[in-house]
Amino acid sequence: MHITDILVTGEPIIYAAMVSIALVTVAIVFLLTYFKKWGWLWREWLTTVDHKKIGIMYILSALAMLFRGGMDAMMMRVQLAFPNLGFLDSQHYNEIFTTHGTIMIIFMAMPFLIGLMNIIVPLQIGARDFAFPYLNALSFWSFFFGAMLFNISFVIGGSPDAGWTSYTPLSGAAMSPGPGQNFYLMGLQLSGIGTLATGINLMVTILKMRAPGMKLFHMPIFTWSTLVTCFIIVFAFPILTVALALLTIDRIFGSQFFTLTGEGLPMMWANLFWMWGHPEVYIVILPAFGIFSEVIATFAKKRLFGYNAMVWSMIIIALLSFLVWVHHFFTMGAGAFVNSVFSVSTMLIAVPTGVKIFNWLATLYKSKIEFTVPMLWSLSFIPSFILGGVTGVMLGMAAADYQFHNSYFLVAHFHYVLIAGTVFACFAGLVFWYPKMFGHKMNERIGKWAFWLFFAGFHVCFFPQYFLGLDGMPRRLFITNIAEWLPLNIISTVGAFGMGLGFAVFVYNIYYSYRYSERETTGDSWNGNGRTLEWATTTPVPFYNFATVPYVDEIDPYVRMKEEGKTTFDETKLKPIHMPSYTGQPIIMMSFLGLASFGLIFEWIPVAIAGLIGGVVMMIVRSFDYDDGYYVSVEEIKRIERKARGL
Amino acid sequence: MKNKHLRSRWLGLLPFSLILFLSGCGNLEMTVLNPKGPVAQSQYDLIMYSLWFMLGIIVVVFGLFAFMLIKYRANRPGRKESDYEPNLHGNTMIEIVWTVIPLIIVILLSIPTVTTLFDLEKAPEPADGQEPKEPLVIHATAADWKWFFSYPEQDIETVNYLHIPTDRPIEFMLTSADSMSALWIPALGGQKYNMAGMMTKLYLQADEEGVYDGRNSNFNGEGFAAQTFKVHAESEEDFNSWVEEIQNEAPELTQEQYNELVKPGLTDEASFSSTHLDFVNHATTDGADYVVERYRELYGEKIELYDIDREETFE
Repeated sequence: MHITDILVTGEPIIYAAMVSIALVTVAIVFLLTYFKKWGWLWREWLTTVDHKKIGIMYILSALAMLFRGGMDAMMMRVQLAFPNLGFLDSQHYNEIFTTHGTIMIIFMAMPFLIGLMNIIVPLQIGARDFAFPYLNALSFWSFFFGAMLFNISFVIGGSPDAGWTSYTPLSGAAMSPGPGQNFYLMGLQLSGIGTLATGINLMVTILKMRAPGMKLFHMPIFTWSTLVTCFIIVFAFPILTVALALLTIDRIFGSQFFTLTGEGLPMMWANLFWMWGHPEVYIVILPAFGIFSEVIATFAKKRLFGYNAMVWSMIIIALLSFLVWVHHFFTMGAGAFVNSVFSVSTMLIAVPTGVKIFNWLATLYKSKIEFTVPMLWSLSFIPSFILGGVTGVMLGMAAADYQFHNSYFLVAHFHYVLIAGTVFACFAGLVFWYPKMFGHKMNERIGKWAFWLFFAGFHVCFFPQYFLGLDGMPRRLFITNIAEWLPLNIISTVGAFGMGLGFAVFVYNIYYSYRYSERETTGDSWNGNGRTLEWATTTPVPFYNFATVPYVDEIDPYVRMKEEGKTTFDETKLKPIHMPSYTGQPIIMMSFLGLASFGLIFEWIPVAIAGLIGGVVMMIVRSFDYDDGYYVSVEEIKRIERKARGL
Repeated sequence: MKNKHLRSRWLGLLPFSLILFLSGCGNLEMTVLNPKGPVAQSQYDLIMYSLWFMLGIIVVVFGLFAFMLIKYRANRPGRKESDYEPNLHGNTMIEIVWTVIPLIIVILLSIPTVTTLFDLEKAPEPADGQEPKEPLVIHATAADWKWFFSYPEQDIETVNYLHIPTDRPIEFMLTSADSMSALWIPALGGQKYNMAGMMTKLYLQADEEGVYDGRNSNFNGEGFAAQTFKVHAESEEDFNSWVEEIQNEAPELTQEQYNELVKPGLTDEASFSSTHLDFVNHATTDGADYVVERYRELYGEKIELYDIDREETFE
């Protein structure tokens, strides 16, 4: 294969992207070498098994992916507002909406939330790390290499262009030849390993490593949402793994599971995809609900209203999420009875969700609301999400869905729930727990600018799209070629740039706060309003989290501790702490599997086999790894704690 | 202080103002909300019925939300001691109420949804005082990226345009020669998928004469945007004379010609005095791979759709 067959050629935008990728890479290498940071990078980050550092790496990657997906979005919006400009052709547009959707769901929303879970869940339950720290590092690197593979597709080989749903037969070898679709399959497959492993890891962590006395119904609500999410992950992701594997075998080795030839069943893909895909939606929304619950209770300075109802509604949502997948293709002609059943099950999800909305509102009742930046993101979620939720119910009414399906009405709906739900929660959670991660808060004034720009931009962008849908504009259309659709599309584009500006201000705030924010001295960063155990740790959080693990037997343990003037630290009870050793194995193992995936994408079987052998060798190395970690001595713990607590 | 006060109120009012602002767009006469036939009408009725519930929910939640923000913000002047109850954590009675009310709403929405679903599986009922008419059968076959409409009873076929009589149910037999697509004529009613190797049935009907937009609404590759067609709804007499004209004047469709037309790519409108169903039916297992087997290598080629589409639309 010649080099010009591999690199994407002929597009000025892509040439510019290649140049900027090359420049950024050179700049990073130069800076690391100049400041002699290679060793630091390897020792402190690439080999880490510390859940807090892994969480930070997850969040940084997710922010980078949000930038990439956002650029895709704005390119689409420019094309739709100025169809005469000839900015994007059909093929290029199709690639961009495909990468936009895939990146935002798989490489932005999930990693962002998993990053927050990584950092916060062990702190909330009084654990010192994950149940399987090595596996946690493995999960991160599998996501990282999967994301990188998917992202290079637009300069090497060509991006997938069959939509993030990748429906067969369109995405099969016959109609989408070349490596593009393979990038989708292998990128998702590789990162899917990590997601599944994280699901198991967090589930075991939460079930087995809670502080003494903490029953399941004493757990903070974010931890609860994580536990429920993990169950969904563990049941849903294997379906995706199988579906991706079958389609990969179809494309690379010529089997006929989803093909038009040889009596394949193309529609089976849609079923398998959504049997994973619908639970996936709840994988990214339930943790968001958890974050909002924490933030609202904290800045309302009040206990969460209806804790038990909140937990049970999450469990019911999780169960229902497996029973509604057909609503993604009511129009497939499954018949009135099947559509009726799935229509009713879909609408039933509105009941537990409604209960949650009312519980949040009731939490605000007789409270003292303080409008901090995380609270603004959380409060604005309520009215915004309601608009997405009620239109979701309308889409769930199958007979009406025949008119909404595949239209901009649908596009508006899922952006309303995913942005107002998941993205607002990611921002709320990041700003809220930022001091725990970095030892300083984000600037409030700049944070409010970012919020208002993003919030206003969001509504201006997506609200008009409901009306475009009702006027018959289909999704995934690369050109606004009907004059009546143009004005609303222009409004929508203005909104999209507002969101882009909001994000830019948010990122600037990270830099600004790093330079100028006051450093944290207490662990309870939000004016002493913390309610759960993560705020009981010192800032920065010591690598072992808790010197002495507290006894917990209520929902908001830190509130009581503060009332009684206690801390979690008890010097008389100090014992040596067992901690896992850092290791370079996860990144090496996953880079081998990344190589194998790369080989499969271009159908270079020897490369794939070499990578696979490397991966297996690393697994064997791991099996004979007798490193049981190390103990932190009581002396050292005392020294660290006294310094941190100013004793 | 004053500044903050204003902001918190704005937070509640902003979405409201957006609704008011954009409800002005109702004048745009949105297609789905302007039904031109009984199927679209039944879906419109359902949408409008549900919209009242949704508006009710929005008003209640936004109202409560605004109330909480205004009344319980920490810095409201004149806050009373009794306005703060940090340990309030539940109330069984009210929790039951706000579980049962959504449940009732879901039931109220489910009933018309289910009945409409079953109605849509049958040909639309004739309007009051009219004789029920036998549905007109049209096979609508999608191919990358064009539409074939075969009228087996009339033994004619059109490409990329459709003529139908008004006030008579149309029974569309949907299938695809290759990728999955969906036939959608929003003015006449909702869509259904066209899938190779399978047949789905969709009933539509036009009450008013006119020309309506139809398209494939399910993304299926590069030429997706160009896979549209016009629906000419006309009186029974006009329709019959059109049929006669095609029968007499249009050429017969040969298999060679059909093979040329069905190649991945774009084609113009065309009419024939026979149908492709004589030699292949893509709804059968044998017909499913008809195009893929013949033109596999063509799917990877890029068509310069942008230029074509621009010429048509922006001249």
